[in-house]
Amino acid sequence: MSQINQSGWKPGTPMAAKDAGAHPTVTGNKALMLEEPLIFEIGDSDTYGVDLAETHTDLPSRMGDFARKSDIGLPGLSEPQTIRHYTRLSRQNYGIDLGLFPLGSCTMKHNPRLNEKVARMPGFLDVHPMQPIDTVQGALGVIDELAHWLIELTGMQSVAMSPKAGAHGELCGILCIRAALEARGDARKVVLVPESAHGTNPATAAFAGYTTEDIPANADGRVDLEALKARLGPDVAAVMITNPNTCGLFERDMKAISDAVHEAGGLVYCDGANFNAIMGRVRPGDLGVDAMHINLHKTFSTPHGGGGPGSGPVVLSEALAPFAPLPFVDKDADGNLHIVEEETVGEEHGSSFGRMTAFHGQMGMFTRALTYILSHGADGLRQAAGDAVLNANYVLRRLDDVLHAPFGASGPCMHEALFGDEGFAEGLSTLDLAKGLIDEGFHPMTMYFPLVVHGAMLIEPTETESKDGIDQFVMSMRSLAERAKEGDEALKTAPHHAPRARLDEAQAARKPRLVWTAQSE
Amino acid sequence: MRYLPLTEADRSTMLDVIGAPSVDALFSDVPSDLYLDGPIEGLPLHATEMAVEKHMRSLSKKNLAAADAAFFLGAGAYRHHVPATVDHLIQRGEFLTAYTPYQPEIAQGTLQMLFEFQTQVARLYGCEIANASMYDGSTACWEAVAMAARVTRKKRHVLSGALHPHYAEVVRTMAKFTEDEIAGAELSMTPRPDDDGLIARIDENTASVVVQYPDILGRIPDLRKITDATHAVGAKLIVVNTEPVALGALEAPGNLGADIVVGEGQSLGVGLQFGGPYLGLFAISDPKLTRQMPGRLCGETVDADGKRGFVLTLSTREQHIRREKATSNICTNSGLCALAFSIHMTLLGEKGLEGLAAENHRLACIAADRLAKVPGATVLNEHFFNEFTLMLEGDARQLVRDLAEDGILAGVSLARLFPDGDANGLLVAVTETTTLEDIETLACALEEKLS
Amino acid sequence: MARYFTEEHEWVDVEGDTATVGITDYAQEQLGDVVFVEVPQAGADLTKGGDAAVVESVKAASDVYSPIAGTVVEGNAALEGEPELVNSSPEADGWFFKLTIADKGELEGLMDAAAYRAFCDDL
Repeated sequence: MSQINQSGWKPGTPMAAKDAGAHPTVTGNKALMLEEPLIFEIGDSDTYGVDLAETHTDLPSRMGDFARKSDIGLPGLSEPQTIRHYTRLSRQNYGIDLGLFPLGSCTMKHNPRLNEKVARMPGFLDVHPMQPIDTVQGALGVIDELAHWLIELTGMQSVAMSPKAGAHGELCGILCIRAALEARGDARKVVLVPESAHGTNPATAAFAGYTTEDIPANADGRVDLEALKARLGPDVAAVMITNPNTCGLFERDMKAISDAVHEAGGLVYCDGANFNAIMGRVRPGDLGVDAMHINLHKTFSTPHGGGGPGSGPVVLSEALAPFAPLPFVDKDADGNLHIVEEETVGEEHGSSFGRMTAFHGQMGMFTRALTYILSHGADGLRQAAGDAVLNANYVLRRLDDVLHAPFGASGPCMHEALFGDEGFAEGLSTLDLAKGLIDEGFHPMTMYFPLVVHGAMLIEPTETESKDGIDQFVMSMRSLAERAKEGDEALKTAPHHAPRARLDEAQAARKPRLVWTAQSE
Repeated sequence: MRYLPLTEADRSTMLDVIGAPSVDALFSDVPSDLYLDGPIEGLPLHATEMAVEKHMRSLSKKNLAAADAAFFLGAGAYRHHVPATVDHLIQRGEFLTAYTPYQPEIAQGTLQMLFEFQTQVARLYGCEIANASMYDGSTACWEAVAMAARVTRKKRHVLSGALHPHYAEVVRTMAKFTEDEIAGAELSMTPRPDDDGLIARIDENTASVVVQYPDILGRIPDLRKITDATHAVGAKLIVVNTEPVALGALEAPGNLGADIVVGEGQSLGVGLQFGGPYLGLFAISDPKLTRQMPGRLCGETVDADGKRGFVLTLSTREQHIRREKATSNICTNSGLCALAFSIHMTLLGEKGLEGLAAENHRLACIAADRLAKVPGATVLNEHFFNEFTLMLEGDARQLVRDLAEDGILAGVSLARLFPDGDANGLLVAVTETTTLEDIETLACALEEKLS
Repeated sequence: MARYFTEEHEWVDVEGDTATVGITDYAQEQLGDVVFVEVPQAGADLTKGGDAAVVESVKAASDVYSPIAGTVVEGNAALEGEPELVNSSPEADGWFFKLTIADKGELEGLMDAAAYRAFCDDL
């Protein structure tokens, strides 16, 4: 028996009545809530769920003496077993399809199924990245059309499409900045990042060889412009700013910040994680931004898929456009599209800083995002941002009498509402409230981020929630806030109705068991 | 707009609660001279589902789908049959529309799947530990190089000349910024990989040796020999695999001494998708180095009732906690692609994977024998799995373009991958989706063009 | 034997030329469940205020700085298998490393138990 699982219970083990709680079942199942063992416990190496080719015993081999000599240890399941295994697992997950998913900064909006249908058209799904370009004009057309939208929506000069996700895009933007500064022989060493920034910002800057320094915030939750100006100088390569920021506020001084940075010879990176709040309402290019990544999986509704794949195109200003990574799509005089890559890069794109990934980026995400964008159109996107901000402000004002809203007086919030744990009873935390939310049928909000607010709760309802849905959520939150303030003991052990109670994360980290082995029997 | 549920009446009630006169008023912090008071000009307005589908279909029709051609492309992306079950299951909303499983009580589906996936990858690669996936093979390759530098505290990396050039280019690009030294080499156009040349470039300052298996030309390097030379100087052997089906037939890199095995998992479950999203696989042989790994990890634990469950763990290595000291700036994995891979692998099982690999190799051998009979064409490889290099008397790049006009996607010309390299080389990949008729079609077309 | 404390919430026991360093009860309380500790290797030269060790809990990772300069004599090997010692016995069995003190003068800037208690009360 493994050290971790002291009782040894796993799905399939008969449950003693004393361990099974109220109304015990021997399987541990609860009607529609079915426990499911691991494939290693139910499958074996001789079982499979596919058609095997006729066995050819007299095969020639051109593999020399490199052929496999040992067993791999891969269990298989028949097709019906496979369907059940994964269907049962899926039912232990929460998803946007089930209910409100108020994760601040994550923009968990409805994922339209038209996107999925389009991405599966054979002309998109079944096309190889290295096909001759005459055979992929439609794929290049998708990239070109999406790029056009992203450039227009942000008011920028160009866009690098290949980054694979937000952090990858962020890295792309910072590497463009470093390449641009190096090209002018300007070795600056410092990147300024607000304290409230997402952890990827300092991680990215550090990777690109920069040291980071905090930008101070003022009392209303925004960048302190005067303090920032005082810090600017010939050693500052860039500032990384999230706008709307992680407190859910629009940086009123953004243009002045950009102007000051530019005047000091630096460049402005904007973290575009929160672009959903402002698309069609204000253009980052007009605010002086030089580079900004766009999370297609947030703003443009491509599915999160339980943790990726994402997609993080980076829009670039005129100053940075020449340094964009390969490959990219370009149009020749006849209107034919082609790919600029190592083979065709030529003189005019010689300042590209290199390549960030094999092939051309997340095509499957491009088709989905473009489908979403075309469905909305310029008017719909603007409306979506408006509704997202309206929903967040509604949540803010429906809850600010029962929960502490540290920046409630700093003007309207953007797409997310921020609360702290002030007034909670001793021993009750934001985590407890969030786990209580699970029992109420909602996914928890973003917790303990941004770090600048104690016990932070960051709530982003998105524009795809109905008013009824939000009212339900508000009702749950008000009840939970009261319970947290009263010190309800039951909240400390929530959730009580989820597939699992709280999991022992300390044990998982102290004695990591990351792959299944037979010894756990 | 069909995705926006608020009615005008809702909006007005909500604005009353907020105490704002209009939605525009909520944007009062945006400088008024920069605020857009209407839809951006020159962009289309909203469209019906039917109209959007029609537009996208017209774009899709401008592409030649692999299924509509005799198809032989590989070079890091392979066309395999994906069982219908895979796509059905990954479209279940609870998988498709879930977030990263940070709330384990309501994410056991994703977490258990990741635990199973990690185990499948570790076993396939012959390694001890695998992570929950990365963006793709090329970025996983760079992350392996960066990890080797962390572990060995050295900065010189020896790359095989037969590493996929995109992967090598990603490594070179990133290394410029981390100031790691990349020792590359010309691609040797020989029947066997230039293992001795690679070994000769390893020295005492070497942090890692990066070798692809099978390599970009489809050849199979002698990993044992390279392992010995790598370990002799205390460096780490990184083996890159771009075709996981090959490991149903070839010995696992971890069993041959690789320290880090990375690769592209697209072949199983994911599909071609014009290059992405794909699936980066990452595994290591020494569990003691787990904390030096990049990427998310899922681990087993128990819940407060003593029931087995799974959580994301060792997350303190990651950027959201470690910030500038993180092992990598990467946040995300390729969760849904990992699910597709894992389901496909579960449907195959060991027997299915072996059978699939055998069928790929059988057809590749038939294709190689047939194409070798084409006057003006020779097969370069002594060994291969399902992809080999055909040397042609003529410009392969132009030939590929010409054949595409006849509905034949003949392969990837080496000149596309190596602009300064051999203009006559053509990479030909053959999988279970290739028919004997396809092979004959390609052979006849080559005979005609080369005569 | 004298015990000193730092504003970084470390304790330092001095016995002759050797100092034993760990983190305080207050620090472990703040960190929560400690899941991993990386201690320096014997022979490593540490500078005052330089990185010496890393301590990780489920939710946070912190660097432990050397309160004084010196050469590491021993890292606490027990923490590798039982990082929870830092929670259960922070100021005894959960020590991090021992070092040979380079300059005893550096001890003068550190706090005694009473001063440290007052320091924590103010936080």
